[in-house]
Amino acid sequence: MKRPMNAEGIKLSDQITLVDYLELGDDPHLVANECRACGAKFFDRRNACASCGKTEFHRVRVASGGEVRAFTIVSFAAPGVPVPFVAALVDCDGTSVRANLINVEADPDHVSLGMKVRLATYSLGEDSNGTEAIGFGFEPQEAHDNGK
Amino acid sequence: MANDDVWILGIHMTKFGKHPDLDVVDLAAEAAMGALDDGGVGIKDMGVMAAGCLMMASAGIGQQLQKQIGQTGIPVYNVANACATGATALRTVIMAVRAGECDMGLAVGVEKLSGAGLLSGGSRKSDDDTWTRHGRYGAVAPIDGRIGTETMPGVFAQIGMEYGHKYGGTSFELFARISEKNHSHSTLNPLASYSKAMSLEQIMGDMMIAYPNTRPMCSANCDGAAAAVIVSDAKLRTLDPDQRRRAVKVSASVLTSDPWEESCQVLPDVNTLTRNAAKLAYEQAGVGPEDLDLVELHDCFATAELVHYDNLMLCPVGGAVDFFESGATWRDGSKPVNVSGGLESKGHPIAATGIANVWEVAHHLRGEAGARQIEGATVGLAHVIGLGSACGIHILEKAAG
Ligand SMILES: [Zn+2]
Repeated sequence: MKRPMNAEGIKLSDQITLVDYLELGDDPHLVANECRACGAKFFDRRNACASCGKTEFHRVRVASGGEVRAFTIVSFAAPGVPVPFVAALVDCDGTSVRANLINVEADPDHVSLGMKVRLATYSLGEDSNGTEAIGFGFEPQEAHDNGK
Repeated sequence: MANDDVWILGIHMTKFGKHPDLDVVDLAAEAAMGALDDGGVGIKDMGVMAAGCLMMASAGIGQQLQKQIGQTGIPVYNVANACATGATALRTVIMAVRAGECDMGLAVGVEKLSGAGLLSGGSRKSDDDTWTRHGRYGAVAPIDGRIGTETMPGVFAQIGMEYGHKYGGTSFELFARISEKNHSHSTLNPLASYSKAMSLEQIMGDMMIAYPNTRPMCSANCDGAAAAVIVSDAKLRTLDPDQRRRAVKVSASVLTSDPWEESCQVLPDVNTLTRNAAKLAYEQAGVGPEDLDLVELHDCFATAELVHYDNLMLCPVGGAVDFFESGATWRDGSKPVNVSGGLESKGHPIAATGIANVWEVAHHLRGEAGARQIEGATVGLAHVIGLGSACGIHILEKAAG
């Protein structure tokens, strides 16, 4: 793993992504395993395609901008999960992505169906080796207008 | 002349609620013996048994039940299919009887969930000391709560919201009013876990679980069991007139799983498999949604009930909000839905649910539903969804003459 430098040239920690379908760099984005036969996209490790049964996949970039197709504000979750948070289904140019909405108030005055969002990353913290885990969510593209 | 029709000969559900002094075998035995009594038959008449208890899926609940009510050596199928476990047990017996393996069989579903807290699903282990990739997403840490939610209230909330995004017209209040209906219906059901009416203000002001589902908009955890005796048409013809008169015809028995759709591995798709099951069921039964006198559908959350109006084709595509607003689904409406009170108030002892909803419909078709009787009911539909997913639909018809 390359060691990124900050502006002062000070070595930053190693980084690892929360999941292997998040790619970092200058332009963080998600990647999907796309079935070569039918175009179905998946985020997990595959045995075969759930749509057509074929077995050849290639990795494709998923659009980083999207629209909220469904959301919920979870107020009650398993122990250890901070609440409230916004869970959403984001339509990224035809590819559905599950994610939290971040950098937005977790209340129905600040989140709405059809809201335009974009991928954003955040730090989960460092492990005992000093490796920093990087997660992702989607944040509003524009300041929200207090819709429903 | 006999045909390959199958009938419900006897059926029983226990009171849903808290049964601190009964274990799952006690509850299953009460339901099973109740169903046998109701059908005027005994355990020795049964040629097959299918049983489910999701929280004890590997415990062999069927054989445990036999140890209490009759070890007759018949084949036992212990089944598990999430919230469709009861419907799966029922369908297993129906398939065995239809296949001619035996002429009578017993299906049982039981669960003890009181005090289980809110059945939220989802889990969060503490983070590892070092980030190491695990599982099919190569995740270095638990993803529930970090990449969306795995909790049931949250998943089904999104399912209702997605419908709202697609067709418009939904709101927190709309979903709460669906719950208000079911809680109102439950006041006539002495076997319901909760049988108190709740005002819209109470429902909306209650504890928020996963917006827009507050606590009373979520299925109620409780204890309970239900069981049914299935009989072949040929065998039924040999039984007493009274048994024949109370028999309820199983006009359709369908189980489906979720076919691949673009977003189904991101947010579970409970729509396509329900629509597929409904189409098949209407075909099998030779009836349409317009013929149904009552429907018991899987309102595990208020947000779920709305989408199933559409999936079961009770309304035009995209028309579920208008359909509900018309008052159709109240017990005095044109298409009463969940007159039992539904899972939100009757309760949801998981594996019992897919037989208890059949009990409710059968009760009305027999004209035995007391204060909550839907007058003149002759055809009804019972629907369950188990996330993962499995959908069970049974269409029942009153015996002719
Ligand atoms: Zn494919």
